[in-house]
Amino acid sequence: MELCDLSALEMTKLLREKKTSAVEILQSCLQRIGRVDGRPGALDQVVTDDDKQKVHSFITLTDDLALEQARAVDADLAAGKDPGPLAGVPFTVKDIFCVKNTPSTAASRILANFTAPYTATPVERMQKAGAVMIGKVNLDEFTYGSSTESSAFQPSTRNPWDTSRVPGGSSGGSTASVAAGEAPLSLGTDTAGSIRQPAAFCGVVGVKPTYGRVSRYGLIAFASSLDCPGPVARTVSDAAAMLQVIAGADEHDSTATVLPVADYMSGLEKGVKGMRIGLSPDYFRITFPDLKTGEFHQQPLPKEIEEAVRRAAQVLASLGAEIVEDVPMPNTRFGIPAYFVVSRVEAASNLHRYDGVKYGLRTHKQYTDLKQMYKISRNEGFGLQPKLRILMGMYVSAAQYSEQYYQRALRVRTMIRRDFEEAFDPQGKYRLDALLTPTTPTTAFAMDAVYGDSVLMQYADQLTVPANHAGVPGISLPGGLDGTNLPIGIQLLGADYTEDKLFRIGRAYEQATSDEAWRKVLPGVLR
Amino acid sequence: MSDQITPEIFEHLVDLAALELDDTQAEYLRKQLNNQLKSIHELEAIPIDPSVPANLHGVPFTPEQSSNPRADEWKLSPDVKDILSQAPELEDGYIVVPDIPHTTLK
Repeated sequence: MELCDLSALEMTKLLREKKTSAVEILQSCLQRIGRVDGRPGALDQVVTDDDKQKVHSFITLTDDLALEQARAVDADLAAGKDPGPLAGVPFTVKDIFCVKNTPSTAASRILANFTAPYTATPVERMQKAGAVMIGKVNLDEFTYGSSTESSAFQPSTRNPWDTSRVPGGSSGGSTASVAAGEAPLSLGTDTAGSIRQPAAFCGVVGVKPTYGRVSRYGLIAFASSLDCPGPVARTVSDAAAMLQVIAGADEHDSTATVLPVADYMSGLEKGVKGMRIGLSPDYFRITFPDLKTGEFHQQPLPKEIEEAVRRAAQVLASLGAEIVEDVPMPNTRFGIPAYFVVSRVEAASNLHRYDGVKYGLRTHKQYTDLKQMYKISRNEGFGLQPKLRILMGMYVSAAQYSEQYYQRALRVRTMIRRDFEEAFDPQGKYRLDALLTPTTPTTAFAMDAVYGDSVLMQYADQLTVPANHAGVPGISLPGGLDGTNLPIGIQLLGADYTEDKLFRIGRAYEQATSDEAWRKVLPGVLR
Repeated sequence: MSDQITPEIFEHLVDLAALELDDTQAEYLRKQLNNQLKSIHELEAIPIDPSVPANLHGVPFTPEQSSNPRADEWKLSPDVKDILSQAPELEDGYIVVPDIPHTTLK
């Protein structure tokens, strides 16, 4: 095991004990990147066979800046100052966050030349806590996807467990960088599952906090009512420590709640005795639409995934939790149809700001007037997935269709929210502390297998998107490996602002399974 | 199910979206758009009680959990140069744009 394979909390402990330095930790991570990552994503690249063996987490490596920050941490420690709770811990940032004086591309050609003039609040808080940003990592263009393949910056990220597989998405660079030991922490975003789904595919911990628990200031917006920044880590404790740092009110984001942030660390080891954890049959079947008839077909989950969830329930029961079966979540299956409408309307609105006037790409071709300049610039700058979202958003929000689609989707959102309210109601029938579900309907699929089919790709998020509609928190945990050694993710969902409970349950499960054989298996690129 | 988005509707959407597509892109995008609309067909059939309100943001925003709006005060950005330096075309501190077409509102 190398320094870069330690958890964030182990790293910072060694640092405080003066057994290592922030610079040494950084160098270990940079060496790992040199060994497994390959070239960073860039515009107009052809992917070679050699590229297909590497991870390609990064778009921009900020190693000079990182060295400066690491030296500052070491200097603070030498001077007896406290450099913060995440002192010397390297982290990566999904390239959808603005970081001052660094390229902030959203993995899109339209922002390829954009250098952010300010830093996003969650990144600023990480840096203030002593964490060291080592670079900006790849994602689906503007976060629009579940495989990271739609990035304009190629080679896009590949799964460290098997580089012929996708890492999931859209935070694929974040989860791959953490799984491959390039950094112990990453900052991602989750709009329909974009932290939890790639966390499941890459065998790491991914947290979607309650909507409003973490500020969105400096996040390049996709669907503003659904976007949640959150941590990616290799352990539950690290994820809790990171959320502790980034959560909280922010005068720059009026949707960031002023409710006090719970102490996530103090309750971590308290165990699950007496906690009520639910299982829902509505999360053990998956839905796919038949495009010929418009009807939906339901099928059981892959056996290995269902078994992983049931095994986790048994583990938690053996630790004293009460497992509550048959919790109805009947509106789960409407999550994707409602999301297709709500997210597209918000995306189309958010993407209208990219017009080649104030920043970003302006075409070099000839144009006669402003409107033509907009059109040519946007056509050159946006890839197919942003274009698709703009067109869908325009259509379903048009006056004549709004009642049929947008208004209806917003009311379905209420129904989804009510499923969770009933499940978690302390005076209700179920009184759950958490709902235990699978994170994804499959394990990581092959590169190129789904990309291009925008409907099938969206359905990769069917078990994660209900939490985004409802605003409730969720965490994906490694829950085993399938028959081909690909990670399986299990998900815990909770009531608003109960991240502390989810961490507590996650930590108990992690400890109870720490000696299991699958925990010892390393991602393919590290074997 | 038949395609909801005809080539004519598609062309109108492309104009509204301020895009300009080549034929290959148009063919792919129209097909995907129609597939997406078919996949949300079920939305129309969901029985929704008339009392169910629209929900714009999942978590409720009660006065106890929402921040007060900032005072509406003018503040000079400390990074005016950095911000202006992002503009594709700049002249004497002004962002340059081409002619703005005149349209008559109907």
